[in-house]
Amino acid sequence: MKKVELIDVSKSYDKQVDVISNIDVTIEPGEFFVLVGPSGCGKSTMLRMIAGLEEITGGIIEIGGKRANHLSPDKRDLSMVFQNYALYPHLTVQQNITFGLDVKKVKKAVQAERANEVAEMLGLSDFLKRKPRELSGGQRQRVALARAIVSEAPICLMDEPLSNLDAKLRAHMRTEIRRIQRKLGITMIYVTHDQVEAMTMGDRIMILHEGKIQQVGKPIDIYNYPANPFVATFIGSPPMNISPARAVPTKSGIFIEDTIHVPMNEEQVAASSARSLLAGIRPEHIKPIVTGTESGNRIQVEVTNVEILGNETVFSFQVGQREWMAKWSGQWDIAIGDQVPILLGSEYFCVFDEETGELIRKPEGLEHLSIAKEVII
Amino acid sequence: MTTVRAPGVWKRSANLRVGFLYLLPSIILFAVFLFYPMIRTIYLSFFLTDQNGNAAVNVGFENYSYLLTSPAFLNSMKATGLFVLYTVPVGIILALFFALLANEKLKGIGFFRTMYSSTMGISVAASSVIWLFLFHPSVGVFNRILLVLDLPQIQWLLDPEWALISIAISTIWMNTGFSFLILLGGLQNIDEHLYESSRIDGAGYFYRLRRITIPMLSPTLFFIITISLINAFQTFGQIDILTKGGPSQSTNLIVYSIYREAFINYQFGTASAQAVILFVIILVVTLLQFKLLERKVHYQ
Ligand SMILES: Nc1ncnc2c1ncn2[C@@H]1O[C@H](COP(=O)(O)OP(=O)(O)OP(=O)(O)O)[C@@H](O)[C@H]1O
Ligand SMILES: [Mg+2]
Repeated sequence: MKKVELIDVSKSYDKQVDVISNIDVTIEPGEFFVLVGPSGCGKSTMLRMIAGLEEITGGIIEIGGKRANHLSPDKRDLSMVFQNYALYPHLTVQQNITFGLDVKKVKKAVQAERANEVAEMLGLSDFLKRKPRELSGGQRQRVALARAIVSEAPICLMDEPLSNLDAKLRAHMRTEIRRIQRKLGITMIYVTHDQVEAMTMGDRIMILHEGKIQQVGKPIDIYNYPANPFVATFIGSPPMNISPARAVPTKSGIFIEDTIHVPMNEEQVAASSARSLLAGIRPEHIKPIVTGTESGNRIQVEVTNVEILGNETVFSFQVGQREWMAKWSGQWDIAIGDQVPILLGSEYFCVFDEETGELIRKPEGLEHLSIAKEVII
Repeated sequence: MTTVRAPGVWKRSANLRVGFLYLLPSIILFAVFLFYPMIRTIYLSFFLTDQNGNAAVNVGFENYSYLLTSPAFLNSMKATGLFVLYTVPVGIILALFFALLANEKLKGIGFFRTMYSSTMGISVAASSVIWLFLFHPSVGVFNRILLVLDLPQIQWLLDPEWALISIAISTIWMNTGFSFLILLGGLQNIDEHLYESSRIDGAGYFYRLRRITIPMLSPTLFFIITISLINAFQTFGQIDILTKGGPSQSTNLIVYSIYREAFINYQFGTASAQAVILFVIILVVTLLQFKLLERKVHYQ
């Protein structure tokens, strides 16, 4: 268990453009820390800087409370799973797994024992004698995982370790990695661009975009209170619906396309006056109008696309220039071209400043269910 | 009811015939420039010939039995064997060393890469002339250096003890460029991530060299060893220019001996027999190499 601390870290490959800038974050001992962001935002670069494979061009990295800017990779006490696995093609799976142990002059018998243990855990026992080229992509990925786990380093870095697995195996490996991490108390820094992985695995997640931190926090807080429109649309599937909005001083609130009213309190109105704004609502907060629905924005929309995903129905419609989506649970008989009356609960809206991206109005009334309150035994 | 008849020979061989058609151009070229001369050489090795190289008297295996008892030919074989031992291991280790150096990511490494591979661009004749000057007993650089260091002078190309070594030195220099380039190419093909992963594990330079670089480079090394061996057996140009086989036959390597036998003594029969023996030796060495070494080679 070790702490990893990045203080105002930046990185530039060509001494001109920073691909990573002003990263300030502390990863606590034993924490499962997930780094997410779109392709090319600098996730691998950041991981490689922590591993010591890439020079840091600005700032300080501290590992276990000690300054590590110029520490060589092997002195940092960590293991790493590379994005492209980096398996040794000329060695067998077993030799690949024990490579690091062999470097550290661990006894041969102990090496074999630990390799078998990890192989068992990851379902690789049948492949120990094979060469990497005789394995499928997913099996290779598991060998890469095994190599990191077997080293029992206090810090583990993983660069998209599950990207090549099928959905079922991926779900299984998610819980498996999480279990191993908890059991060994490893500090995990985990890179992914899959938001489901980020939401389900991370104690905390950090969202990176163009080399800058967008938001750091608990998955659920990030989902509920995205710090800016980028985070709002990046996390959540389908993404949050966002449209430009206009403040109307007299009506104490703002209007989207002159039809959808979002009420705001005085403070919020003051913060938003004379600025261009963006308002957003999550697809699951757009509800069908049935008898007894509470008040809010009731509008009629024309459906442009429908997807039924077994237990939920997602359909799109046009709001001004933007296409919005709504997600209803259950299977709904909706066809393209239908006129559907919908309810946009005004309390659920997020409002952002368009220029700074700052969140001006947090959504309210998010239902938080708890077993103690809801279930009657 | 319809009976299914097996397709005729003509139908079944359709693939074969098409394949043969594709091979035809190479077969013709090989036949004219390779198979015919080879068969002709084997044929001539059983004959005594006239001045023009036409077969005159069939002597059976007499050319061979003569050669295998001739002290001159045995000396040639020994010189060739020594020459191969002098040049191949040293040449390859040197080229590997330079390639490892030039594979480091340093500023201006391109300059060194060009320098190390530059000998590839110089013809054997031109570089031999350069070495002729370097080896010159009185004005050559080597003897000047020895003089400055107060060491005894060496008659590089004139002393039978030193002549073969001198030729070996110049040959190593000439061949390093090619081996270097091939090995550097092989090194650059190794995935950088493998080294990064091993660095995280804490592997030192020589551990990485032993467990990653050499195994990953083994196909390239195998290739370059084969080529170097064959090249060493066939050395000719630098001998012709530097020593002409002398002094006292000490650098009379087989190919040079074949040349003298055929075009100076006009003994095409024995020359052909020597060529056949050389062919067999190279064949055996290469086969042995495949048998012994290839098992250790890791192909991707
Ligand atoms: N060696 C390099 N030299 C120059 N630029 C680089 C180098 N490596 C990465 N970059 C640039 O740095 C940026 C971040 O790259 P990085 O590999 O960290 O992205 P990533 O977030 O891991 O993306 P992905 O999800 O596709 O793996 C990219 O714009 C990339 O072009
Ligand atoms: Mg990456």
